[in-house]
Amino acid sequence: MIEVQDITKTYRLGSVEVPALCGVSFRIERGEVVAIMGQSGSGKSTLMNILGCLDLPTSGQYYLDGKNIAGMNEDELATIRNQKVGFVFQMFNLLPRMTVLRNAELPLMYNGRHQYKEARQRAEAILNAVGLADRMNHRPTELSGGQQQRVAIARALINEPALILADEPTGNLDSSTGAEIISLLLGLNKERGLTLVIVTHDSTIASQAQRVIRLRDGLIENGGGGLSHEIL
Amino acid sequence: MKFYRLFIEALESLNANKMRSMLTVLGIVIGVAAVIAMISIGRGAQASIASRIESMGTNLVYISPGSTSEGGVQTVAGSAGTLTLDDAEALADLPNVVAVSSQTSNFAQVVYQSQNTRTRLMGVTPDYETVGSLTLEDGVFISADDQKARSLVVVLGSSVADDLFGGTGGVVGQKVRLNGQPYEVIGVLASKGGTGFMNQDDQVFIPLSTALYRLVGGFRFRGSSVISQITVKASSPDVVDQVVNDVTLLMRERHGTIEGADDFTVTSQEATIDAATQVADTMTIFLGGIAGISLAVGGIGIMNIMLTTVTERTHEIGLRKAVGAKRRDILLQFLVESVVLSLAGGLIGAAFGWGTARLMGQIEFSGSTITPVVGLDSVLLATLFSMAVGLFFGIYPATRASRLQPVEALRYE
Repeated sequence: MIEVQDITKTYRLGSVEVPALCGVSFRIERGEVVAIMGQSGSGKSTLMNILGCLDLPTSGQYYLDGKNIAGMNEDELATIRNQKVGFVFQMFNLLPRMTVLRNAELPLMYNGRHQYKEARQRAEAILNAVGLADRMNHRPTELSGGQQQRVAIARALINEPALILADEPTGNLDSSTGAEIISLLLGLNKERGLTLVIVTHDSTIASQAQRVIRLRDGLIENGGGGLSHEIL
Repeated sequence: MKFYRLFIEALESLNANKMRSMLTVLGIVIGVAAVIAMISIGRGAQASIASRIESMGTNLVYISPGSTSEGGVQTVAGSAGTLTLDDAEALADLPNVVAVSSQTSNFAQVVYQSQNTRTRLMGVTPDYETVGSLTLEDGVFISADDQKARSLVVVLGSSVADDLFGGTGGVVGQKVRLNGQPYEVIGVLASKGGTGFMNQDDQVFIPLSTALYRLVGGFRFRGSSVISQITVKASSPDVVDQVVNDVTLLMRERHGTIEGADDFTVTSQEATIDAATQVADTMTIFLGGIAGISLAVGGIGIMNIMLTTVTERTHEIGLRKAVGAKRRDILLQFLVESVVLSLAGGLIGAAFGWGTARLMGQIEFSGSTITPVVGLDSVLLATLFSMAVGLFFGIYPATRASRLQPVEALRYE
């Protein structure tokens, strides 16, 4: 499902090369729930961007749903993001001018396959599923943080992606709302068999995942504390 | 994304910043309105100049002494005294010539009781009524008898009659003084509606013989009386060029001059209209160009606002890209927004320009109004041009937006 082979990423700051990932390999199977943990600067944001096809690795291979992502151009990446990846961000990232319904159906607008009516029906169905049936015509600013994150989850789900990437999904929520969001995501994983990758600092969230990938200094850290590639 | 969705989203985002959008549109409104108003005023001026020259008569060929007569301004009699009555008589024998009129032209003070005015004094032959396409409001024109007898009679232009008598009624039969001599008014002309130096109503006519022998005093050249202009009427517009040619050859023969050293000038009515409309044309382009600058300034306003918008919405662009927007989608989104701005400005501006032109048509310029000509083409041109302005000035901000990298755009606060 997801196969990462010896991925490196190096940023260039002026003339200095800063390595962010130094050779990371792992596999994630369909329907798995995986937490990615690590200190800031460990390379987890970089890994997140590459997994989400927002950025390309400097070297190495990345197969998502059988397609090799490394070497794709910008527009091909956009198509892959649209069809295969659903994002849930810490800051929700909803468009304030648009209603909840329009926010949820936004990915369909860039999909080109769906008619207006069909898009609307799908958005309504998914908002129903995340418990926002009565908030569809509100603006995001009229909703609580937890409700906003539910809209974001609905938006992530609408194109039936292969992978949901949640980047600190509870980082802006109080603990009980955060727990609700996590259980919503885990419920979707069970019901729909979604593959779920959660980046988090929170060990209680990580403990609910089937597997934890810990990063340190651009490498995967195994349980023994030594630095090596995670053995699958 | 489908076009109508782009359009709706553009309207939504412009609506989110109403004041800013309105001010930006205003820049385009002013530009387009100025272009349309200026072009229609220019065209109106052109049309009125052409019709004024045409009102002097059609199929006309003018022969003036030297090169001191251009664009309808006549030389003061005797200033280049090379044109004589004998020349005029000779020209009458040319083919395709239906009438020849000789004129002297001078300025004179016309006095009636306590009223007086300075006007152009034309000494003309009876033919001039035909040649100059004159219409009488009252009375008669100068007759062959008046010409023969060198009578002290005068025909007044309508604005001269207005100035002296406050109207054209009851003027015939009155006596006026021209340079001190008493003349009887035998006719008043109908108004031709002219203005400025071309005003066909601000002149008076006396018999040519009177002008030559009683008033001016009679310069002689090659044994004949000097006149200031000969007007020849051709039989039809088609033969005007032929007549110009024949007249030129005959005059060269009579005056013994060669091409390039002529002591006379032959111009046709057509050439005069061409020259005058060309001037008006240049003026139209000039005015339109200045107005165009304001349209360009409006376009820069759009670019400025679009750049601000792109910066403000960096995060949004990042998100849209994350959920699958391609470069093209983002480019189109911002282009549509700037074109919507400029097109709205163009349409409102076209309406405003039309209104302004109509309003300016009501204002009198030195006694007459210019009827502005608002063509569909100038409205179309200004609207299309404003759209092009939106595209041109929108393309840079839109390209900038489309090139943003999703990772960096999402990180932008």
